[in-house]
This record gives sequence, C-alpha cells and structure tokens, in this order.
Amino acid sequence: MSQGSVGKPMDRVDGMLKVTGRAKYAAEHVLPNLAHAVIVTSTVAKGQVILLDANAARCAAGVIAVISHLNAPKLPYREHKSPLDPAGERLHVLQDDAVLFNGQPIAIVVAETLDQAEYAASLVRAEYASKTPSLDFVGALGHAVMPDVSRVPNSPFPASTCRGDPELALAKADVKIDAEYLIPRQQHNPIEPHATIAQWEGDQLTLWDKTQWVVNVRNELAAIFGLSPDNVHVISPFVGGAFGTTLRAWSHVTLSALAAKYVGRPVKLVLTRRQMYSQTGYRPETWQRVTIGASYNGRLSAIVHRAVAETSNYEQYVDRVVDSSRFLHSCPNVATHYAILPLDVHTPVYMRAPGTASGIFALECAMDELAYELQMDPVALRLLNEPARDESVNLPFSSRSTRECYRLGSEHFGWAARKPEPRSMRDGRWLIGWGMATSVYHTICGRAEARVRLFADGHAEVESAASDMGPGTYTSMTQVASDTLGIRPECVRFSLGDSTFPYASPHGGSLTMASVGSAVYRACMTARAKILALLHADARSPLRGASLDIIDATDGRLFLRANQSCGERYQEIFERHGLDVLEVTEMMQPGDEQHQYSMKAFGALFAEVGVDRDLGIIQVRRMVGVYAAGRIVNPKMARSQLISGMVGGIGMALMEHTITDRQSGCIVNADLANYLVPVNADIGALEPFFVEESDPHVNPLGVKGVGELALVGVAPAIANAIFHATGKRIREFPITADKLI
Amino acid sequence: MNPFQFQRAQDDRGAIEAAADGARFLAGGTTLIDLMHEHIEQPKALVDINRLAGRDIQITARGLTIGSLARMSDVAANREICAFYPVISESLLASASPQIRNMASIGGNLLQRTRCTYFRDPGVSCNKKQPGSGCPSRTGAHRTNAIFGVSENCIATHASDLAVALVALDATVCVRGSAGERNFPLAEMYRLPGGTPHVEHILQADELIVGIDVPAGPHTAHSHYLKVRDRASYEFALVSAAIALHVESGIIRAVRLAAGGVGTVPWRLRHVEQTLVGQQFDEHAWRDAVARAGEGAQPLTQNAFKVELLKRVLFRALEEVADRV
Repeated sequence: MSQGSVGKPMDRVDGMLKVTGRAKYAAEHVLPNLAHAVIVTSTVAKGQVILLDANAARCAAGVIAVISHLNAPKLPYREHKSPLDPAGERLHVLQDDAVLFNGQPIAIVVAETLDQAEYAASLVRAEYASKTPSLDFVGALGHAVMPDVSRVPNSPFPASTCRGDPELALAKADVKIDAEYLIPRQQHNPIEPHATIAQWEGDQLTLWDKTQWVVNVRNELAAIFGLSPDNVHVISPFVGGAFGTTLRAWSHVTLSALAAKYVGRPVKLVLTRRQMYSQTGYRPETWQRVTIGASYNGRLSAIVHRAVAETSNYEQYVDRVVDSSRFLHSCPNVATHYAILPLDVHTPVYMRAPGTASGIFALECAMDELAYELQMDPVALRLLNEPARDESVNLPFSSRSTRECYRLGSEHFGWAARKPEPRSMRDGRWLIGWGMATSVYHTICGRAEARVRLFADGHAEVESAASDMGPGTYTSMTQVASDTLGIRPECVRFSLGDSTFPYASPHGGSLTMASVGSAVYRACMTARAKILALLHADARSPLRGASLDIIDATDGRLFLRANQSCGERYQEIFERHGLDVLEVTEMMQPGDEQHQYSMKAFGALFAEVGVDRDLGIIQVRRMVGVYAAGRIVNPKMARSQLISGMVGGIGMALMEHTITDRQSGCIVNADLANYLVPVNADIGALEPFFVEESDPHVNPLGVKGVGELALVGVAPAIANAIFHATGKRIREFPITADKLI
Repeated sequence: MNPFQFQRAQDDRGAIEAAADGARFLAGGTTLIDLMHEHIEQPKALVDINRLAGRDIQITARGLTIGSLARMSDVAANREICAFYPVISESLLASASPQIRNMASIGGNLLQRTRCTYFRDPGVSCNKKQPGSGCPSRTGAHRTNAIFGVSENCIATHASDLAVALVALDATVCVRGSAGERNFPLAEMYRLPGGTPHVEHILQADELIVGIDVPAGPHTAHSHYLKVRDRASYEFALVSAAIALHVESGIIRAVRLAAGGVGTVPWRLRHVEQTLVGQQFDEHAWRDAVARAGEGAQPLTQNAFKVELLKRVLFRALEEVADRV
C-alpha cells in the first residue's frame, strides 16, 4: 500500500450525512401506503395463552389487522443456522400458544398510524395457563448443563480443558486465591431502536432493517418464509449503534414481514425501548470462580477458572468466558470449566467483547488479589508471568506487545507513585485507588468479498455487504481503497449494507477491518494487476512489462516506485484501451496462518478512582489505556472506539444491571431511566494510547481490530482500583455505594 | 397512548372548570406524558395550564413565594433563592436533567408519581394501578424503594427532591378549586400509602396548586441539599437529605431535617431535629442525633443499606452545612 490516508486521522466520510440528518436509518424510509405495527407481549414467563381477546383492538380506529397465533399464517421455518446462531431452535413467533418468556410477542396490531396501533395494542387482553418459571440464576446454579456444542470433538467451546495437573499444583502452591465473581445481565442499549420495514412485491420481500449482517437477515427470512434467498433483499446502510444486538435477526423482523404479507401493505415495526429488553439479546448473567496458585516469588503454578452463564430454555447461547485464562498469563497447570444454565428467559446474544469481557473481570481481579497476597506490584506480577508463546495451543503469538503496553501505561499513568497499601492514598474525604488490568481480544478474520469498479475518469465504487454500526467502516474502507488504487479519498465511494453486494461476514467481533478491509485491499490490488496486464505488451505505455511489486499509485496515476516520473494516469490507460470501467471482485478468507500463530490484540488499563470515605460514592477520575492492535487504519476513529469502550467499562463496573423479577420474569428496569449507563458527569479523563505494532501474519492489512479490545479490562481495572481505595474487594457488578459503606 | 381531548386554559377558572369536567392538568408534561405513553395514565382529557399566571418568584421579609408554573430551572437559578434558600436551588439542580428542568413546573414536580419500576411497567399489576392486585416490589426488586412510611400494600419511594427541601422548610401550598382556595402545609398534602396507595395526596381532582410559600427564618440561608445516587446526574436518590440550621453562639437554635429516597412521602426527621436543638453545634451532637435517624424504619433485604446510608448522609450534610453557619 502506498503512502496515503491509511494511518491518518481522516474525518468520517459519512459524518456530514449523519449530523445533518440525511443518513437514513431503518425506520426512516418512506414508502407509500405504509402501515404501522405494534407488538403485544406476554406478561408471564412460562405457560400457554388460553385466551386472546382482540375484539376491542379490532374495533379501534385505524386498525387494519390484529394477528396472533389464532390467525397467523403458518410459516415454513425451514432449518437455518448461521455460524453465530446458538444450538437449539429459534423462537417461532405467533405459531402456537406457548409462552417461553415474559415479554414474548403474542400478537401484533397493524394500523394506519403508529398512535392507532399503540392504542389498539393496549386493548388486547390475554389470559394464560401459567406455570412456575425458573428464573433465579444464582439459586439454580446447581442445574447448569454442558452445552451441546461442547459435545463435538475439538469444540471451540469445550466444557472443560486441562493442561498439567492444576489440583496437585494448587495443593502445593505457596499462595492460593479462590474467589467467586458475579456479573449481572447487561443490555446493549444502542440509541437507535431495532426497526424493520417490510414490503412484499409478489414473492419478493424487501426489508429495510437495522442489522450488523444483511446477508444473514436475507438467508434467515428466506428460510422462515420458505423462499429462495434471491427473493429477499435486505437494505441497511446506517446502524445507530448495536454492540452485537443486531447480529441475529430477532423475531420482530419476521413479524414485520408476516404483518406486511397479512395486510398486503408495507409495514413498519419499531421496537419500544422496553421491548428491546425482552425481544433482543443481552450479555448473560455469569457466575465465575477463579482459583490461582502461585509460589512466594510470584510465579503462577495453577489456574482453575469455572464459569456458568444463563441462556434460554430453547437455545443454548455460549461465549468465551474462560478462554483467556488459558493463555493470558504463563502457567503450567490450567483447567477451565464452562457450563450454561437454561432459564425461562429469552436467548442472550453477543455483546461487545462477548465472554471475554466477563471472563477477564474474574481473571484480572483474581490476579490483583494474588498481587496483594504476595505483596507484589500488580504490573510486576503480570510481567513476571508474561508467556513467551500461547501455552494453550503451543503456538507463537503473531505479535504480542503486552510488555510495551504495561510499560507505556505505567509511564503515562504515573503508576510508580502508587502506594501499595489499600486506603493509603487520600484526597480529603475521598479515598483514592489505583488499579490496573490486562486487556485482550482474539483477532478474528472472516470470509469477505469486495467488488471494485474503477472508472475511466479515475473514480472508484467499492461495495461489500458489510455494516457500519459506528466504528467507521465507510471511512476506513475508503482509506484502504484510496491508498491501494492510488486515487484520492474523494474519488472513492464505498457502499455497504445491501444483501445484493458481495458477501461479508458479520460486523462483529472486531473482524470488519481485518476481513472486509483485506477483501477491499485485495480487490484493489487485483484491479491494479489487471491494469498492468493490459499494459504488459502495450508499446505506448511507459509501464509496459512492469510487475506489480515495482509499481506505486497516487492521485490517479500509476508509476515506477524507483522512478516516479515514469508512469501514466488511469485515464490515459483506460482511454487508450477503450475501457469505461474495470470491475474486480475479490475474496478474503482466513488462511493457514491461523493455524501457525495465535492471533490476539492486547492492552493494559490503568484506572484512578475516588471513593467517598463515608458515603461510598465512586468517581472514576481518570483512566489510561494502552493498546497494541496491529496497524491502526484511522487513529481518530480508533481512538473514539477506545474511549467508548472505556465509557462502556465504567458502566459495566458501576451501573449496568438488567434486573429480572424472579417471580414473573418481567424486566424490572427496562428503560434508560432505570437501566443506568454513565452520563458525562460520571466520566473522568480518558486517555487512550496505541503501541506501534507491525504484524505480518494476522491478515494482509496487519490489523487486529479494536472494538472489543476497547471494553475488555476496563471494568476489572476499576474494581481493582476500588479495592486499592477502600480495602473492600467487591466481586459482584455493579459496584455501588451500598456495597462500600 | 390512548386517545384524549386536549384544551388550553386561558385562566385559573377555565382550568378548574375543565378539571371539574374530568380533564387532567398539563404543565411541563415531563411526568404525565411519559406515563401516558406507557398507558399507565389514561386521562380522557387534558387541559394545558401553561398560559396561566403563576410563574413569579417573590422574596419578602416574610418568606418566599413560588408560582406553581415556574420552571424548575428558573427557580434553581434564581439568585435570591440561591442566597437565602440554597437548599431549594440545590435540590432542583440535583434533579432530573437540564432539559427536563427547563420544561417541568414546580407544581408538577411536587405531584410527580413514583419511580417504582413496577408501577411504570404496563405489563405488571400493582396496588397503585389496580387496587388490591398486590405489591410485586415487596417480594421482587426493591433496592431503591422506601424504608419509611411503607405499608403491606406499597413501598414506592416518593421521587421529588424539591419536596424534601420544601417539607424541611415547612412550606405551605396554596390550591384553588371549584370550592375556593385553601392553604395547608405541603407535608400534609401527601398521604401515606396505607391501604390505599393509589391515593397519593389530598387534592381534589379540580384543585390546582397555584403557589408555594416558604416561611422566612434565620435557618433558611444556612441550608443544604445532599443527594447520593447511583450515578452523578439524571438519577433519583438512593438517600438524600435537606437540612436548614440556625446556630447562635455555637448552640443549635433551630434545625430542619428531611430525607429523600427513603420515604413513601418526603420524610421529615423531627426526632433527629429534637435531639439536635439546644445542643452545641459539634460532631458529638451530630453523631448522637443521626444515630436516631433509622428509628421507625421498616427495611427489606435489598434496601436495608438505606438505614446506615441515611445516617451517613445526614452526618455529611451537617458537616457541609457547618461551613455555611
């Protein structure tokens, strides 16, 4: 790639559209004859609907239809599993009288206006034959089960792993830490609610949807309605935040299509904030127990990490809670155990740094506990146990810059001035605490395709069925295409969010830059190669016979790297060869290197908190985060991601908590007034830094992604700082004043 | 939202007549409209009272008068209130968000309904909404609910910070209705839940709060509002305290104390006041007094911490107001 915009803090190419309201989100598309739908939900967690009285609703002004299991068409629900879908079977919406969780759709009202539909929905009366639900996570821990996915050989989610003899090592350890940690259910809460507009033209279904994965929505809806995927078109150019919540097509997408078919008109369906808490996924509640053994000199001898996470009774959501314990720190004897606990709730889903953020909380707090037990500096303890390779798979890391992260982080934070004893640092009535934790996220690369059309006038159109939920996909892909083709960023138009575009993996797991970015890079390189092929025997070209590796391109011109004056413009080449447009589609697929290296991004978090001595009020005064994530395509947008991760981590540690009523299963705090996320006043100075890291193995662009990494480690750094401030070890999120007084 | 009639009153009389016909008063709308969206409130008619007089703020030697339609932000920013009744300004600034304070009226603030999330969930029945249906919070989530003034039927916390400050200052309310005008102490406006938690105050449906009177006294300028909550802004109190003090020659001559986040109504702590009056104004006296703050509390498992937190908040409020005495 030639010198250009990659690595520069370019402004968002879609920024102006967004701040002027011209970026159209799913619910904002205007269609003629659009009807509005509102969902009616169950108010019990388990049982059957025995009576559904929709008479009053049907008679209300403007109502077009009330659809329930009594009159809904039976949908084919052909088998469909995306790689992200959990074992089990998705909710078949309005297909029978069964109630599987509180807040489940039991009817849908379609009316001329939204107000009419809302009012009519409030008139629908349901009666239930209710059974006692199982909802008490902690109380039911003994009923945890092995996930089905763990039963297959070489499962990515093994129920148990073991190397060495952890039990023996624990028995012999000089020092032992054994602690339990609880994380409550947490909710993504993007600003933009889930929304779908469905329109049928014959057997052709078009969906304007909020999604991180248009291709899957297309395939899933095709399966549910028994259509060919070619008959479904999903459009999703803008996503107003998601954090993983739109990695699945939830039942409202099906409901909108079902309603549109039923009434023979396009239908718009927007979930209410309250409905988002019960009809879309969440980060599952988890119980963890970490046992660590170490010698007096601080060398780890054993880690046993157990976790149980909630899931629904109809699907087995799993994530990587215990995985990091197998490789983050060097340790000869390591066992992990992972189980799930099915409850009468709806299914969890990936939420920013799924599993890892939860698991690192337990591991990095336990490491902190060990540091105090050993009277050793927490950074020194980690440096002492820094592994030379990934001990879980016995492979070298493609790159690992933890030492540099610790060093830079300590320096920027001023860690050397820390007094080790808890409660030893004060500011008036405030107890001051400094804590740290390590961050990690595995680098994922998925299959992705990109199509490039380079036009004679030197502008290019690039397409991929990717998504941009906020990290800046539009901009970073523009930068990659601009640099690789050697044309100015203004000459590139990158488009995404359309299921007719070339395939892209889900926009999650921080894989978009690595996957789609690499596909864009390859497509652009291939376009260059094709042009060179044209010139191969072109006597009139100064570049005839030149090979790809000695060519550079900038400002719409190809030239010899060794002699910039020897070259010519795309325009000249295209004109001479009678070309209007050159089209290339290329694919990025994870290669063998995935099996030769352990690929992970790392970071180190340092937090300062103030805790009011008497009142327990917690302030996060400042945080320093240092991250090594390979090449940073756009430092400005990457920085925004890191800051957002830090803010998310403050919420995770101190506030976020979806409260389920253990009797009825209703979500007690299903709105943004009662589900707390940090406000500006809760956020101190946040200082993210990058460590320069060049990784030739991860993918052609050398990027690792930062979206998930940004959240991991923040909450444990804060929890550790709170211990340092107060001497109280709180092992249950959220850490609130009442736990500290 | 249910369909409803809407009209705009030009004067008190028009508003009261509309209310007598069944309309509900609409001022800032920051509570009522939210609850209508969730179908918790289903008024058949609304009467907009925003054109009525009653936004004035007057301070005389006898006290402070606030028109009920004054906005929270106007009262909070009033210089004389900041100087002579700081507890009022502070309680308002600790409430809601700037956007809400710009809209919400003082009268509406005092009549805002509880934030008990069971009450606000349309899928849940509770005694406040469907009398006799039970209190799901008692056996469910109740960390933020009340420890004082509770009954078997309801433990919902009163949400207003301002009301706590005003109850501490012995404010009175002036209301006007079809039966004429009357005045009574604000503390008497609120009803404990008892067996009828759906009845929250003594106002008739057509009675309009027109103003609030706060009597002057040497204590009002030495007053303070302290609020502990789960985040730094835009959140209701776990525990809050309103305090006003008159100290002369090191002796506490008068003190007013009320607590928020702990009561089903704004909770005056007269027994703590009595312990303080006549004492030396020092930490020793504060400690003795706040030790009594939990008397009469009926906490449940998740909100038991409020008893201890209340004592600490009161002590801190005394410490902080000491700087102003």
